[in-house]
Amino acid sequence: MTGAQIIQLLQSAICFGTVIMFGAIGEILTEKSGNLNLGVPGIMYLGGIAGLAASFFYEFNNPDPNGLICLLISFGAAFLVAALGGLLYSFLTITLRANQNVTGLTLTIFGGGVANFFGGSLNTLAGGVGQISVAATSAVYRANIHNITNLGVFGQLFLSYGFMAYLAIAAAILMAWFLNRTRTGLNLRAVGENPATADAAGINVTRYKYLATCVGAGISGLGGLYYTMDYIKGTWANDGTIESLGWLAVALVIFATWRSTNAIWGSYLFGLLFWVYQYIPGLGRKDMELFKMLPYLVTILVLIAISLRKKRENQPPASLGLAYFREER
Amino acid sequence: METEVAVQLKHITKRFAKVIANDDVSLDIYKGEILSLLGENGSGKTTLMNMLAGIYFPDEGEILVNGKPVTISSPKDAFSHGIGMIHQHFKLVDVFTAAENIVLGLEDEGRLDLKAAAAKINEICKKYGFHVDPNKKIYDMSVSEKQTVEIVKVLYRGARILILDEPTAVLTPQETDRLFAVMRNMKADGKSMIIITHKLHEVMDVSDRVAVLRKGRYVGSVSTSETSPQALTDMMVGHAVTLNINRPEPKDPTPRLEVSNLTVYDAMGVKRLDQVSFTAMGGEILGIAGIAGSGQKELLESIAGLQPISPGASIRYRPIGHPDAHEGLELVGKTPLQIKQAGVSLAFVPEDRLGMGLVGSQGMTGNMLLRSYRKGRGLFTDRKSPKKLAEEVIAELDVVTPGVNFPVRRLSGGNVQKVLVGREIAQSPSVLMTAYAVRGLDINTSYTIYNLLTEQKMKGVAVVYVGEDLDVLLELCDRILVLCGGQVSGIVDARTTTKEEVGLLMTRFKKEAAQI
Repeated sequence: MTGAQIIQLLQSAICFGTVIMFGAIGEILTEKSGNLNLGVPGIMYLGGIAGLAASFFYEFNNPDPNGLICLLISFGAAFLVAALGGLLYSFLTITLRANQNVTGLTLTIFGGGVANFFGGSLNTLAGGVGQISVAATSAVYRANIHNITNLGVFGQLFLSYGFMAYLAIAAAILMAWFLNRTRTGLNLRAVGENPATADAAGINVTRYKYLATCVGAGISGLGGLYYTMDYIKGTWANDGTIESLGWLAVALVIFATWRSTNAIWGSYLFGLLFWVYQYIPGLGRKDMELFKMLPYLVTILVLIAISLRKKRENQPPASLGLAYFREER
Repeated sequence: METEVAVQLKHITKRFAKVIANDDVSLDIYKGEILSLLGENGSGKTTLMNMLAGIYFPDEGEILVNGKPVTISSPKDAFSHGIGMIHQHFKLVDVFTAAENIVLGLEDEGRLDLKAAAAKINEICKKYGFHVDPNKKIYDMSVSEKQTVEIVKVLYRGARILILDEPTAVLTPQETDRLFAVMRNMKADGKSMIIITHKLHEVMDVSDRVAVLRKGRYVGSVSTSETSPQALTDMMVGHAVTLNINRPEPKDPTPRLEVSNLTVYDAMGVKRLDQVSFTAMGGEILGIAGIAGSGQKELLESIAGLQPISPGASIRYRPIGHPDAHEGLELVGKTPLQIKQAGVSLAFVPEDRLGMGLVGSQGMTGNMLLRSYRKGRGLFTDRKSPKKLAEEVIAELDVVTPGVNFPVRRLSGGNVQKVLVGREIAQSPSVLMTAYAVRGLDINTSYTIYNLLTEQKMKGVAVVYVGEDLDVLLELCDRILVLCGGQVSGIVDARTTTKEEVGLLMTRFKKEAAQI
């Protein structure tokens, strides 16, 4: 492998890692409230398509689109629609007490279907070569300092990404601070660990679960937005990459042992493992698929390591996946 | 100071469906006193206190705090009136530290300042003589430490009235002494405390006044200095009620199950049974009495092979018509399946009725199948004979169900219990153990179960009946074994004993009296 290739690989790793990181940070927030939302891939799809559609209609109707408005519209739409996905999940699992795993998996299928349906429709609407493009919006997302400063390898490695790559890191750090240092974060963790205790302490369990799940879904949805706007440059591709990355985000939550700061380096590692097959010479198609398994393999190894160490702090929130009934005291 | 009333309960009534848990209870709690709330299992002590703590809401009656009527509809309301309850099952988050648990849910100053909280915790500890490390995780703590965290949590929120629900049930004698010392310190500080307990010697030791509940009703209260354990027992158990349960003389009793030196530790390493020895006779009903959690469950489970037994124990089983009846069969070390096949049956009705023994979502056929699925030879399970058995149980015990495949979870409690007991009886066991077989049943259904057990006794089966209601034990059983803290505190003849005697054995008063 040449030096240029290594830099390319690392750039891809950070790029995919950012998608995964958003998904994982959102899911960590959700899971800390005791909700195991397996709908992350679907929610990322929803975020991606909503951001794309919003900016498409804006650009479509405005010959001279304003970059800031492009950004706000697509960012807001992505977060909102993804959060709505979380709301749907919350209503089913918290209010109606549906099974969390089934609901989450359904949401994944639902999100993928909706996104690919609208993605195809947008392509038709766009006319021309049958591929939509939101060039102005994508340019905002892809703007980076490296293009201006040109600091060589350092710039290529650390400055060549759009703002969302840095936003993800900030979000991860902020999330860790919120969960561990604030009163609300403490209450939220109590809800996920032992809702009956939280309830007895006067915490509104239902409200915390709803909010954490919706905001968490919103953050996860940003992963889809980053993928569509930055990696595939404001177009739509229904090749299933978002779904793969979404599952990696779910795996990353476990890998990071529910700590968002671990998710930072973990996501880059996953991104690297996800893409490394491109840079190994002489791989056939089937060998590639084997290499794509690597992140999951690593997750399994981490799970084994965690269960061997038996450290209570590394365990999932104690009531993860369980609905809470106050009457069942 | 003694006469200043902190909390008044006036004509409180609470019902759960048809069951009256508290019936027109009026009770005063004074400032700076320790009040013991005494009563048998199911006498409504915890329910009454839960209404003060905001867990339940009374159906009738009112609560006055410092003379003012208040509405307590949540634990938060209770805290705002200075009432805090330490529940029997701790409400703590295991992966949190003591300090995090203590500040949980508090809404004061925005930032989470655990250092300030720790300082305040240390201050409280110093004041009353507790020992709590604010930074220790709950999962690293002993039961006594967890309890201390619960008490500090309540004090941290400024409680002036503390309710302790059976605080000593999980403590060693030394830890109990320490708790009582702390309680006296809090009393000196003007706090009121209500302690729910079954243990008479603790009542005599720590409290100023005793209030007694019996079957949901308030019996009365006395100053501790003016009463005796004997008088309290009389208040607690009341006069014997005649139930007219048919009790034939035992039919040629022969030793069936000889248990000796049975000691059992639970998963936490706490001794649950201590050198228990007794003989269950074929043709008689042996009652097991004791306060909840005295080792009844462990006793039955260890005989059924479900509990690890400490070395040195022996359970000698002499089945009917066994060639070596003299020699007998050693059950210790056998698997539950082997024990079951030898003819020792266990019908345990847990608090939630379904938890052990029945699969709620299955119909009666499926539940009968649980006992017989191993018998089939072929590839497919035999569903015909369990179905037939289910139909027999329905016919014989009058189980009300739409059909044999109707999920048992959706049957009423009495019918669920009939299914459970009926299935065990159908195995024609030679030892039948039942626990709480009539729990939550109405009178008529209870009698059906009593008759079933008596029928088994007349067939020569050794019946072991763990029960809660002393009146029933006295009239149904031939002998009663009384457990207290995992030890046998006495085995009495049910025909000649009195309710008071059994009640005293349950609280081990007899032994203490003997020592004096």
